[in-house]
Amino acid sequence: MDLLVLMNVSLFALLLATALAVTRLRALYEATMLTALAGLLSASLFVSLDALDVAITEAAVGTGITTVLFLGALALTRSRETVTPRRKLWSGGAVAVLLGATLLYAAQDLPTFADPDTPVQTHPVGHTYLHGSQEDIGIPNTVAAVLASYRGYDTLGELVVIFTAGITVPLLLMRTRRRGEHDEARAVVMSEYRVLRVASKILMPFIFIFACYVLFHGDYGPGGGFQGGVIFASGFVLYGLVFGIRNVERVLPWPVMLGLVPVGVLLYAGLGIANILLGGSFLDYGTLTPDHPAEGQHLGILIIETGVGITVAAVLIAVFYSFTARGARR
Amino acid sequence: MSVSLLLDVVSGALVLAGCVFVVSGGVGLLRFPDFYTRTHAGSLTDTAGAALLISGLLVQAESWQSAVRLVLIMLFLMLTGPTAAHALAQAARRDGERLPAEGEDRR
Repeated sequence: MDLLVLMNVSLFALLLATALAVTRLRALYEATMLTALAGLLSASLFVSLDALDVAITEAAVGTGITTVLFLGALALTRSRETVTPRRKLWSGGAVAVLLGATLLYAAQDLPTFADPDTPVQTHPVGHTYLHGSQEDIGIPNTVAAVLASYRGYDTLGELVVIFTAGITVPLLLMRTRRRGEHDEARAVVMSEYRVLRVASKILMPFIFIFACYVLFHGDYGPGGGFQGGVIFASGFVLYGLVFGIRNVERVLPWPVMLGLVPVGVLLYAGLGIANILLGGSFLDYGTLTPDHPAEGQHLGILIIETGVGITVAAVLIAVFYSFTARGARR
Repeated sequence: MSVSLLLDVVSGALVLAGCVFVVSGGVGLLRFPDFYTRTHAGSLTDTAGAALLISGLLVQAESWQSAVRLVLIMLFLMLTGPTAAHALAQAARRDGERLPAEGEDRR
């Protein structure tokens, strides 16, 4: 227990130091790298709290994809923060201090760490999920059971949010799309990095296999559609960074990928409607195999996780495309 | 002397050696004079340091499944760490970063 406390305290101290360093830095590339470090530290904190599903998400999104997207955004603008005049700082500072004070005041009401008497621990629904899920659904990972089955509506809502982001960002960034000579220049630059090319080529199949493992093994271990999709997209992003966006486009043309963005959402919602047609309620997977409801639950969770994976991967690749294609115009 | 004690000693020694590499990599990152030597120190952390730490854990692995996972993680680090350091150094060379000459004042 003491070791756990020591680990948590040192991780939080590092997180705080990283956050302070980010605010102090004017060079935005360095700040981006430190943001990635903050994501990695949060992922480690989630691991020490046994929240492995969240940790995988944070490591893949916070450290991986977000960093690349930040760098892509920085390539479109200047990489140095403009200096705000000192007289303009006080309003922002006042808001920050006020917000911090409010949060500190609100934190007084939080229960102590690992308090067993909080509503989170004592409310009967927690007990229902933890024990009932083994009988109703029978998959070992309760997190997947809760997210995909008990709270299936919420996950569908989240997926629609991601879908909206995925169609909005390309619409905003991809107004005109021209292929300039910049792309070729970049390809020439990257061809000098032979070691990088060979190593990423070797890694590529393993990244995709790992993504599929995380996706389809999500019922049994930490992982699921969201994490699998992010890892899948990061494979494409790595390929695009090293070999140029033109080569990615030969594998996955732009229209195909934009077409894949709604496929996952439609798969998810379509399964819910199929359940209604089979005589159940929306997203009641038990109706898929009426003789054996638990098996239907397995099948339903697998289908919606696949849907989540497809949409998340397509959205992230689309956002990455739109940033890099925009950069190539200059 | 029992086998488990021997395993504990071996894995402890490996983990300790890994820690030495990680700490010296960190010190080198802060103390070395120019970019290339600092890159060298940094890459030491995630190759030699990580490899020794994982070997130490490998000795203690409870089942062959976790041993396989550790070996895979080690292979992954062996591939990515040196590649990242190489790409970093090559990008710096392209960008015009040069080694300080003999006797030149080092930053």
